[in-house]
Order: sequence, then structure tokens, then C-alpha cells
Amino acid sequence: MHPLRVDSFGEKEDSTVQKTVLNSVHQDLGARLVEFGGFEMPVWYSTLTDEHHTVRKSAGLFDLCHMGRYEITGDNAVAAVDSVVTNHVAKMKTGQIRYSLVLNEQGGVRDDILIYRLPDRVWLVVNAGNREKLLGWFGDHLTRPGMEFRDRSEEVAMIALQGPTAESLLAPHVKTTWVKDLPSLGYYKISDLQLEIGGCSSTGWVSRTGYTGEDGFELYVPSDEACDVWNALASTLGDAVKPCGLGCRDTLRLEAGMPLYGHELDEETDPLSAGLDFGVRMKKPNGFIGHEALAKIQADGPTRRLQGFVVEGKRPARQGCAVFAGDREVGVVTSGSPSPTLEVPIACAYVASDVPLGTALEVDIRGTRAPLRPVDLPFYKRPKTPQ
Amino acid sequence: MAEVPADRRYLSSHEWALENNGVVTVGITGHAAEELGELVFIDLPKVGTQVQAGESFGEIESVKAVSELNSPVSGKIVEINSELEGSLDTIGTSPFEGGWMIRIEASNSAEFEGLLDAKSYTEQLES
Repeated sequence: MHPLRVDSFGEKEDSTVQKTVLNSVHQDLGARLVEFGGFEMPVWYSTLTDEHHTVRKSAGLFDLCHMGRYEITGDNAVAAVDSVVTNHVAKMKTGQIRYSLVLNEQGGVRDDILIYRLPDRVWLVVNAGNREKLLGWFGDHLTRPGMEFRDRSEEVAMIALQGPTAESLLAPHVKTTWVKDLPSLGYYKISDLQLEIGGCSSTGWVSRTGYTGEDGFELYVPSDEACDVWNALASTLGDAVKPCGLGCRDTLRLEAGMPLYGHELDEETDPLSAGLDFGVRMKKPNGFIGHEALAKIQADGPTRRLQGFVVEGKRPARQGCAVFAGDREVGVVTSGSPSPTLEVPIACAYVASDVPLGTALEVDIRGTRAPLRPVDLPFYKRPKTPQ
Repeated sequence: MAEVPADRRYLSSHEWALENNGVVTVGITGHAAEELGELVFIDLPKVGTQVQAGESFGEIESVKAVSELNSPVSGKIVEINSELEGSLDTIGTSPFEGGWMIRIEASNSAEFEGLLDAKSYTEQLES
């Protein structure tokens, strides 16, 4: 029998597996650890389904230190970043965060990232599996005078608290000066952070962002304080919070219709086919790397589009399973899993644009066909809470 | 360390085999069940199917991944555990008893004798 396959998480395999600063915490908690994006990461602590429901109903704590954190400073920082990303950094206000793509010259996706506009710098968070690739590429392309590009991944840790109770749990322990308090921090906004919890003090940033489809926060604190911060959050917030692994992070993001690099996105896939138009500003001045190729794709119309499906039956379709319209192979599954919230197997797949709407589709799951029922993305939207 | 009963033999790929009068019962070990986590699907062959030692006779799927099930011996399948499909949890709660998967009428008794014993399999888990 194969050991538990980590390639089902996507991203690249690495021969030298690194550890995050929270690795000893995961070991102490008895996490099941797997390799992901070059890092030894917890896939679950209890069970994937239990942790998934915890994030949907209360709140879960995630180690995100494996992701890359880069900083660009100097007067030309904004213009430099604008030349290599699809979103419009110059239009962003201080304290604002935006999703963006980094493209190759053919319009394929080098990575999908978050851009943070801070008072004195631009901050980028990139996927773990693309850290080294982007470090080299940014090193070559963010070189203009009047700016400095630095990898801060090792110095700054990243911990997420995700779920509907995250705000009420965290707010009493947080002081901010950029905004009045934690509840005042808007979606996709960042503030300075003074954390006082369970005898632990730490200073950094806090953003209202996440990859779960729930409300929640991401904390950026010095790496040498990360273990204390994690333990203080876990012990002070008590049973209301559970440590959660990358296993449920994947099912949560899939339900929320969010792409995962190595699955929905890669160097051969353009963001328009993936339905990520909101992260692309075609009209921004001076364009960006990949603009020309993307303009042509936009004019011609993408040849395939990402769609959501429920797989009929009990058996999940997985990445790589072929999609058929009768005898014609028309697409491929990018992500598939049992959905803990919807309790049916769900999948995302690229399907050829010339397949008429309403065509009956099937997926080939290792030799057996199962009908696909198209559903709008995202599969899951969180209930709106009154502000 | 997960339990490894001494009354049966093992494959390095974590299947167990228990022989009784030429009929070999097959399942996966407690260690394997633990590694897989929550199970969502099992695909077992029909009674009467011929299987080959070391080759796949079916597959088991957890929330995260699909794994092949390998046959410890060659022969004809004479019984499958039809209750598993409706209660996959049994594989985790009782991997060596209620979680059995198939019974094979073995065609070559030497194959069974060639499998790992509990001591060798335990050593593999500890290495």
C-alpha cells in the first residue's frame, strides 16, 4: 500500500525537507506530519473532518510559516512591484491587501500571492512550493534603483486563527493603532498588532485574511516568539480553538472555491481560464510581465474554464481524472475531495469552452465513470454576520 | 506502537494474511489504518476473481488519498467482507478482526510461508 500521498496537496516535492519554527509544537501535539511545499507540516492533529468542522463552527489555529514572506522597501517599491504583478499596487491604500498573480511571459501563472500595502513598504506572501523559484525570479526582476527586496520568511512567523468566533476570541488580547480595534479591521486589511495573551507579549501585524472561506485573521510575529504566541493562543482560548492541519485547510479552501497552486494554477494556466479576473488589472499603466499574452487570451476567449462539480456517488474524483462528454475527453479534474460541509464529493475541473452548457459530463475515476453535476463556485459561502 | 498480532503474516505494504485450511483472510494492519486516517471508499473485487501475490486486488481511499490493496497470496477470492462498504470505520477500530477484507483460496502454500512474520513486520515499522 502506498504511504499517505502528500502529492495530493499539490506544490513541488523537495529532497531537503525544512521545518518551520513551530515544528516542535506540532510534535508535542502529536500531529501527523507530511512533506508539503518543501516543509514538514501537520496534515492533521485529530482528524481532518473534525478540524474542518471546527473552522466552520468555531475557530482553528494554523501554522503558515511555510509560506514565503518578502519585503520591498524604498521610494520605488510600489512601481517595481507593479511591473511584476497583475493587480494594481499604486491604487492600493495603506493598510490594504489584494490578491494578485505573478505571470510568466506566456500569461501562465508563476504564483498566486497576496500584496500588502504597509506605511513604509510593500509586503508579499507567496506559496511555500514557489518560495525558491520566486526568490530567484524576484531577485532578477525587482532590481531597479531606489528599492530593496528582502526575504523575511525566516524572521517573521505567520499564524492564522480562522473561524466565525476568531474575532470575539482574539479581540480582547489585541491592541492596534492603525485601526481603533480588531473588530474595526476590515476584510483584506492589515494593522499593526500588540498581542497580550496568557502572559505572552508580542508585536507585529494582524490582517483579516485567510484561505478557509471563514472570517479570520493572520498574525505576523517575530519567529523567535512564534512558539510562545501559539501556546498562549492555544491555552488561553481553550476548548474554543483547536490546532488545525493542512488537510482541512485544503478541503476548506476547495469548498470556498479558492485555487491552490499546483492544482488549479501552474505555469501553463492563465488566470482568466481560472476565473481570477478580479486579481488582474488589464488597464493599469505600464502593464505587467505577461500582459501581452494575457491580452491575446482575453481577446480570443479562454479555450477552457474552471468549473465546479458534485461527483455523483461516494467516490471522490482526484486531480488528473479525465472529464468526458460521451466519448470526447473535454477536461481534467484539478482538485477533488469529499466535502465535509456538503457531505458529497466535490471537484474542480477545467472543461473546454466549446462544450455547450448543459452537456452531460462524466469523470473517469481510475476506469469507472461517474456523472458530474455542475454547480456554481464557490461550493460554500459563509453566512453573512451582522457587523 | 500499533499492535501486530503474532498469529498471522504480513506484507511490507501493510496488508496482513491469516491462514486457515488453505484459505487466507486478508486485511490491512492497524498501523496502515492509522496512517490513512478517515476512510471514504473501498473497492473490493467480486467473489470468484483470481488474484496474484503482490498485485493489487482493490483500493482504499481516505479523505486525502487513494491507496492500492495488495494480495499476499495467489488464488481465487471465495468471500469478501460486504459489510465494510457501509461501515468503513471498522477498518480503523478493528483492523485485524472485523476489518478483514477478502478470503482467498490459496493456490500455492509456499507464498504464505514466504511472507513476513510479526517480528519482521514490527522491525520494519520500527526502522
